Amino acid sequence: MQDAELNQTFYEGQTIHHPKSWLTKYVFSQDHKTVAIQYFSLSLLTGVVGVILSMVMRLQLGFPGLFDISPDTYYQSITMHGMIMVIYLLTAILLGGFGNFLIPLMLGARDMAFPFVNMMSVHFYALSVILLFASYLVPGGPTGAGWTLYPPQVLLPGTPGYDWGIVMMILSVAVFIIAFTMGGLNYVTTVLQSRARGMTLMRMPLVIWCIFLATVIGLLAFPALLVAGIMLLLDRLIGSSFFMPDIFQFGQHVTNVFGTEYEGGSPLLFQHLFWFFGHPEVYIVALPMFGIVSELISCHARKNIFGYKMMVWALIAITAVSFIVWAHHMFVAGMNPVLGFFFATTTLIIAIPTAIKVYNWVLTLWKADIHMTVPMYYAVGFIFTFIIGGLGGLFLGNVSVDVELSDTYFVVGHFHVVMGISPILALCGGVHHWFPLITGRTMNNFLGKIHFWGTFAGAYLIYIPMHYLGLGGVLRRYYDFKGLAYVSDSLHDMNVFITLASIVVGLIQFLFLFNIVWSYFKGKKVEKNPWKATTLEWQTTTMPPGHGNWPNKLPTVHRGPYDYSVPGASEDYIPQNVPLEAETEGGSSHE
Amino acid sequence: MNDLVKDWSSDVSTFKIRWSKAMMWIFLISDTFIFGTFLISYMAIRLTVVDSWPDTSQVFALHVGGTDVPLLLIAIMTFILISSSGTMAIAVNAANKKDKRKTGIFMLLTVLGGIAFVSMQAFEWTKLIVDEGIRPWGNDFGAQQFGSFFFMITGFHGLHVLIGVIYLSIVSKRVLAGRYDGIDDYQIVEVAGLYWHFVDLVWVFIFAFFYLW
Ligand code: HEM
Ligand SMILES: [Cu+2]
Repeated sequence: MQDAELNQTFYEGQTIHHPKSWLTKYVFSQDHKTVAIQYFSLSLLTGVVGVILSMVMRLQLGFPGLFDISPDTYYQSITMHGMIMVIYLLTAILLGGFGNFLIPLMLGARDMAFPFVNMMSVHFYALSVILLFASYLVPGGPTGAGWTLYPPQVLLPGTPGYDWGIVMMILSVAVFIIAFTMGGLNYVTTVLQSRARGMTLMRMPLVIWCIFLATVIGLLAFPALLVAGIMLLLDRLIGSSFFMPDIFQFGQHVTNVFGTEYEGGSPLLFQHLFWFFGHPEVYIVALPMFGIVSELISCHARKNIFGYKMMVWALIAITAVSFIVWAHHMFVAGMNPVLGFFFATTTLIIAIPTAIKVYNWVLTLWKADIHMTVPMYYAVGFIFTFIIGGLGGLFLGNVSVDVELSDTYFVVGHFHVVMGISPILALCGGVHHWFPLITGRTMNNFLGKIHFWGTFAGAYLIYIPMHYLGLGGVLRRYYDFKGLAYVSDSLHDMNVFITLASIVVGLIQFLFLFNIVWSYFKGKKVEKNPWKATTLEWQTTTMPPGHGNWPNKLPTVHRGPYDYSVPGASEDYIPQNVPLEAETEGGSSHE
Repeated sequence: MNDLVKDWSSDVSTFKIRWSKAMMWIFLISDTFIFGTFLISYMAIRLTVVDSWPDTSQVFALHVGGTDVPLLLIAIMTFILISSSGTMAIAVNAANKKDKRKTGIFMLLTVLGGIAFVSMQAFEWTKLIVDEGIRPWGNDFGAQQFGSFFFMITGFHGLHVLIGVIYLSIVSKRVLAGRYDGIDDYQIVEVAGLYWHFVDLVWVFIFAFFYLW
């Protein structure tokens, strides 16, 4: 027998052991759905801290001196906020949360390939979060060098947390990478090796493609961060000089823990390593949100995704090119200008497949039977926001423009639009869409719409002015702008405005959390497959699906993922597991 | 090309291999990036430091019978590690033939090779630290990054060997105890073998770039 078939029969014939005790059901559960929910809850809680930290920074910037926020607190908040949002919230929720929940269900598998490793993954994630927050307890508090952790600054006396904060940060990130690797190996293996019969790669829902490719990116990009972290840790703990150059502070040669001088290291090397991870990381976040939005748009506009194959190849192109653009973050770092030319070119090239995806979404909506459900609001909002962010990126991708704009609020505005607001919109849309599958109830539409409009409109009120500040030359990572003549009064006023807007938007986010909790207990109960979706996760016998997902036989897939509004079919959707003959004549299936 | 894409994207499984083997391959690719990044960082620093890089054949020489023999110890270590890859291959071959005893024995031989390698590395480290006075923050031979890169990279690799030794011991014990009879055609031995060959392969690169360059 073929090995693969062996897998499948072994898998189907298995009698599933259902856990009995509370502990194995909810804490040490190996069920991918429980693991996903653990990821969801923990990352959202961590995200709440991230939001609160951003309020701390905005209060200081809007009303300098009024709230007694020290420079150290400010810089520590910046660092923790950035790390939390990028890694512990977005990476964790999009891959650990959505990835775990959707992959086995959408592919018609019973679980992840290695459930035990999967369980370990979420526990390591929890440990990394604990380590992250434990850095508030060590002497000197967390590091304040910014989420990029650039040496030599990060190890210089004067930077908050230069002694122990940075150690905790690196440990926490390293544990996170281990957690990610354990999860990631699972996602990739599951996608490659344990799909249902008939589920060819080219019939996978786009969100699975996206999560799969994002995981591949992660598995290849996180090593660079790990290595950079290890080397930085050694510079700090055993006195090596990988990244620390000969550097003088107050006329003194800076020394390591053993009192000998740092000499000859290369801070630029750190930046290369960091951004070799950092830029792909951007796509680790971006791809899953592309995927979620593709699902939402196709399902709620009742239409096959325009150009499925093109979408897949565009994703693969983005994945590949995302590894050769990293140094566009370093145009002003002092590298060779020839390199700048190369990286500017690749950066602009990656905009092509990205734009293809946006066009395809828009063309999918074209003349579609659009249902303005809450997930659809979020999806459309996402497209708008993402286009704006992408356009900002085109400015920054050109060296000559970026030299002016680098390290200003323009950059802050840019990456918050693409990496702050866009993922939040996609993520909230996804939660609204899949909530019934997880709980059997729908989320409250009214609260959903308030949250959507608040976040969508608020995002523009906050980040468009930030672009403007940046054009005005206001630099990022400044504690306050007192006494800087070129920062005019109107720019100060704008900062006040941004602060007020961001407080409102920040508070509105709690509405979303409230909606989740409230709907969990009180939400309207719904029937199976409330959105009339075609993908497999809605076709399980029970909703929410039980342990093992498919009680008897695994499903067999007969068609592509988006058979909506097929001409001649009796309903406007045909699930993937309905055989071809079953539909009425004339109904052609999209492949 | 089109057919290749079709084959790979067929249903159920892309590669006609066990899950565990697929996972090990993916992990090793990821791990390749870790070692790759270490080595590239090393090369980048070595090319840019101002101080001269120490003469490796002098630093790594072993004093035998009155003369310094360059790279003697490291040659023996490399030889042992490569041989252990050979014994591992024999073990995998025996596993495919379901020869439990032979598999177990050759895996244990591999483990012995690994232990010998790590012990000799411990000896080398002691010699460099105690006799030659090489420290992560400096040494008498040249650029101070020499010591830190050396300890970091060989240490990280040594850790891999150590983990491999433990991993292989567990698997070989289970093989000999007959745990895989019936349920599995000893694929697990092959998966362990993949890891071991990978660790050896990485060593070849470290050897070439660190000792011979
Ligand atoms: C067409 C697409 C894009 C282009 C051309 C682009 C270009 C750039 C450039 C050149 C910078 C560096 C600016 C500087 O530091 O001077 C930058 C920063 C950044 N971008 Fe983008 N970007 C694009 C899309 C995205 C996406 C999709 C995301 C996230 C989902 C993203 C997230 C970020 C982040 C987080 C930073 C700032 C990192 C930091 O310095 O702290 N970008 N972008
Ligand atoms: Cu980038």
